[in-house]
Amino acid sequence: MDSISPDTLPRLASATLDIGADSESTHRDRQVLASTDVAEGLKLWKLGITLAWLDIKLKYRGSVLGPFWLTISTGVMVGSMGAIYGTLFHMDLRNYLPFLALSLVLWNALNALVLEACAAFTQSESTVRSVRMPFFLHAIRVVVRNIISLAHNVPVIVAVFLVFGVRPGEVAWLAAPGLALWLIDAFAACLLLGSFCARFRDIPPIVGSVIQIAFYITPIMWQPQQLGRHGWWLPFNPFDALMEVVRAPLLGSSASMFTWLLAIGYSLVFCAVAWLLFSRVRGRLAYWM
Amino acid sequence: MARIRIENVSVDFPLFHGSARSLKKTVFAAAAGRLGEDRRRRRVVQALRSVDLELGTGDRLGLIGTNGAGKTTLLRAIAGIYEPTVGRIRVEGSLNALLDPNLGMNADLTGRENIMLRGLYNGFTKLQIAALEEDVQEFAELGEFLDLPVRFYSSGMLVRLGFALATAIRPQVLLMDEWFLAGDANFLVKAKKRLESVVRGADILVLSSHMSGTVLEWCTRVIWMDHGRVHMDGTPDEVMQSYMAATVPAA
Repeated sequence: MDSISPDTLPRLASATLDIGADSESTHRDRQVLASTDVAEGLKLWKLGITLAWLDIKLKYRGSVLGPFWLTISTGVMVGSMGAIYGTLFHMDLRNYLPFLALSLVLWNALNALVLEACAAFTQSESTVRSVRMPFFLHAIRVVVRNIISLAHNVPVIVAVFLVFGVRPGEVAWLAAPGLALWLIDAFAACLLLGSFCARFRDIPPIVGSVIQIAFYITPIMWQPQQLGRHGWWLPFNPFDALMEVVRAPLLGSSASMFTWLLAIGYSLVFCAVAWLLFSRVRGRLAYWM
Repeated sequence: MARIRIENVSVDFPLFHGSARSLKKTVFAAAAGRLGEDRRRRRVVQALRSVDLELGTGDRLGLIGTNGAGKTTLLRAIAGIYEPTVGRIRVEGSLNALLDPNLGMNADLTGRENIMLRGLYNGFTKLQIAALEEDVQEFAELGEFLDLPVRFYSSGMLVRLGFALATAIRPQVLLMDEWFLAGDANFLVKAKKRLESVVRGADILVLSSHMSGTVLEWCTRVIWMDHGRVHMDGTPDEVMQSYMAATVPAA
């Protein structure tokens, strides 16, 4: 019995693999190989999205509400924090709560992404060691997984906006380029932190503490106006500009040109660093697993 | 047309242990001026040393050697998993490496989901994935277990699924580790038939094995690896003879 009939079984597409580490192979070769990695990862986008969905499905398997637990917990957090801090800061809830809800949801997304980016490659350790797969595929998986999580928190924002009658109007569309910037930075974060954490295993707690500090020095719980003239240092906080380019349009105003330039500038530097590191260590990642 | 060209390839494994894995300790070592010394003294395992090899369509290569001789590392380097520290590897043609029975399988996902992921990895269409699923299902005989998470499978079922999945894809270049020939006797007869058909379909076979019988049966050329180097390269008969003479002490 020969169960394999050559017609029904798919054949693999022909491919060429060319890896060199000659003495002449330098910077340029690494850039080419890293770019190929990204291109091949993008070609496998369907696999990336499927893996992300399965991750979410597995995480919430056995729970009735599934990922909507996220929605509920964010809702409860926004409600209770809004009540407490609104009283503490003597703020008008009509103004404060929409700001807080939006800021918290965005920050939680950033926080989760950064922490998961640390495990982007180490999470797939056994796969990395058994088949050649573009590393960018793992980045896609992490980013898509976090987009799905973020989407589950959107209803909280919508509910708060409805309750307080916030209508951002047309200017809200300006949040789209801001979110696009976030998306690019998210991929960069996966490549940078994923590579770094594959080599040094004590990075995730360090990243966790940095993000914790950033949470307090970024306008999330408090609004920048409250600082008044003491807020001169805010432009030095990259997170502030990044939050503002997405948040301002959704609250009905637009981010200033200066804020946009800051956000783009910080992102460019971040992506450049991420690319340099990733292209340098990509070929070594499998050895570090 | 398939081709493998390996030029002067060396593979070094860094040995990280203890403090080398810690950023904090590495930074403090650098601050204390010890990093330069550390770098040069970094311990590595030389898994492959200056390997040259060229294979074309029709070649069936067997790799023999003791444990740690570099057979599996060479297979992994050809598969593109370990990129060489020195040298160049060029592989033309689609490639499938049968190295690890659980090859990237996720134990929390069902058998069906794992099959789908493998199909997507190979860039298959929906129809092709359905064909893959059917083929694997028929061979692995998992019944309703196909819709249960893989972690509930018995070890025998796991081997059947892994084997069926790995051999359902027919590459031009087939890399194979010896585990593929192990298994319970009942399954072995069936498995061997299927494997032979995949091997026949491949343009190039590279087989790493301890079992001389398989190498003599399938291979047209044998390389004896020792300490990461090509120790001997020739026809199966002559290499196996010297290998046996060297490893089995004359009684």
